[in-house]
Amino acid sequence: MSASLAEGMLTSSLSVPGSKRVDRGPPPPVAIGTAARWQDALFEGTTRLFAILVLVLLLGILMALSYAAIPAMQTFGLSFFVTNVWNPVTRQFGALAPIYGTLVTSAIALLIGVPVSFGIALFLTEMCPVYLKRPLGTAVELLAAIPSIIYGMWGLFVFAPFFADYIQPLLTRIFGSVWVIGPLFQGAPNGIGVLSAGIILSVMVIPFISSVMRDVFEVVPPVLKESAYGIGCTTWEVVWNVVLPYTKVGVIGGIMLGLGRALGETMAVTFVIGNAYRISRSLFEPGNSIASALANEFNEAADPVHRASLIALGLVLFVLTLIVLAASRLLIARLARGEGTKT
Amino acid sequence: MSASLYRRRLFVNRFNLVMSLATMAFGMAFLFWILYVLFRDGISALSTTLFTEMTPPPGSAGGLANAIFGSVVMVGTATLVSTPIGILAGIYLAEFGKSGWLAKVTRFINDILLSAPSIIVGLFVYTIYVMQVEHFSGWAGSMALGLIAIPVVVRTTENMLHLVPGSLREAAVALGAPMWKVILMVTLRAVRGGVITGVLLAVARISGETAPLLFTALNNQFWSSNMNAPLANLPVVIFQFAMSPFEDWKTLAWAGALLITLAVLLLNILARTVFRQTSLR
Repeated sequence: MSASLAEGMLTSSLSVPGSKRVDRGPPPPVAIGTAARWQDALFEGTTRLFAILVLVLLLGILMALSYAAIPAMQTFGLSFFVTNVWNPVTRQFGALAPIYGTLVTSAIALLIGVPVSFGIALFLTEMCPVYLKRPLGTAVELLAAIPSIIYGMWGLFVFAPFFADYIQPLLTRIFGSVWVIGPLFQGAPNGIGVLSAGIILSVMVIPFISSVMRDVFEVVPPVLKESAYGIGCTTWEVVWNVVLPYTKVGVIGGIMLGLGRALGETMAVTFVIGNAYRISRSLFEPGNSIASALANEFNEAADPVHRASLIALGLVLFVLTLIVLAASRLLIARLARGEGTKT
Repeated sequence: MSASLYRRRLFVNRFNLVMSLATMAFGMAFLFWILYVLFRDGISALSTTLFTEMTPPPGSAGGLANAIFGSVVMVGTATLVSTPIGILAGIYLAEFGKSGWLAKVTRFINDILLSAPSIIVGLFVYTIYVMQVEHFSGWAGSMALGLIAIPVVVRTTENMLHLVPGSLREAAVALGAPMWKVILMVTLRAVRGGVITGVLLAVARISGETAPLLFTALNNQFWSSNMNAPLANLPVVIFQFAMSPFEDWKTLAWAGALLITLAVLLLNILARTVFRQTSLR
């Protein structure tokens, strides 16, 4: 509204060839003043200050966590990262089990989430009737809007029992005796464990990955697709041989974004992973992730070394997600330069 | 060309398109499954006492009044503080910094912070604030939530300001307005719908956040409006009650979960429909 107003003012003053103005005489000269210049400098300075604040925030997090983690590093040294012990009673702490849990749950999330997200992006860009695009796209994004704690409750009370009753026995029957991967699917089907956490994570990352994939699929020049259709390609061949190679970098960026989300996801994992500092061969066994270890233990950690160890875990998680997310941003930026992505 | 090759290509195409449809159904199935469970277990737990009574001790009935109040206060404070900060930083990125190194780096860092784990923000506030004053507080909770909201507001503000055509700025400048007036009264106003969307999405995002509140606001079983003391809030109450062995508490947790999800989904839909703005025309 104000836009059209300002434009209107400009055009009217240009189109009227100044007959009225001449009658009134030229307007008295106004000193384009130091006041306005000062205000502008002040305003720009203020906005810059807050932009710098965002920068400082990241550095601040890194420094504050590093500083608070010092007691743990002094006690355990670098072996902290490769030791598989977590015993508050004997005050022995090692980060290997939670790091392993974080990586494995995220890997499962990607293994399921990436193909599904690709399918959804393909459906929404190539197959979906136009009038369904908006509602279905919004519905997928609502998956990201549901708070993580809701996923957790649903996972613990609804998904885990269902998973234990129907899916886990099935998985054991199908994969249980397969060479190499067999042991992954053996064990007591109790619904709580690394695999359940990974599956719930996969549902949570789908909206993020599919949203990036959709965005990058849309930047493919129509003429590329049309020429492929023109020589008789099927829809699938166009997507697989033209769209995907063209958007490869952005797609990988989207996957990294999903990975970044999966690594740091806290509440949903806390509910279903089982919170055991263990590295088990079976994916049915309970484990622990960095985020869920923090959520469960931090407030009860009275011992300074225990607390510092948990903060060190947090630092590991933060650095890990920083690297993954930075890679994601760089890749996406390479494809869609200058375009913002969805939150 | 052989007919078998043709048939094979058609089959591959059809199979993959059906699979694509199936993945869409997979995603929707989870969405509706979660919402169905939430409504089934949440609606039966809804009652007016939710809004009038405090969180109960185990084994007795009660409500969530103090938690709802605490959540509203903390989300409100966080929004009030983070909105101007986010908008100003967004203005710098879109209007002043443009392609300077500071804007480039800030934009990059902001995009990373947008997806950074929220529990880390909680940990950060714990180390710089809670650990120094040695008690949990509502202020600390608001601070953590505000830090999570800022990147969302920055990102949408910048994106929206990029939609404003340069001619509009030039027109305003030509009228003799100083830059700050041009930005605040012309460009920002032209995209205010989009900026409001960003703020609403940020509010939606932080109202459901649990992890950053665990080490900052903690929880409080009683009515408290003291921001300098532990403050009850819905997400942490849901977490504690859902993990407990008491049936009363679990029922309350479902009611709280339904309230939060309804609020978040409503904010999302409101932001996407009412204030939707993708272009100026």
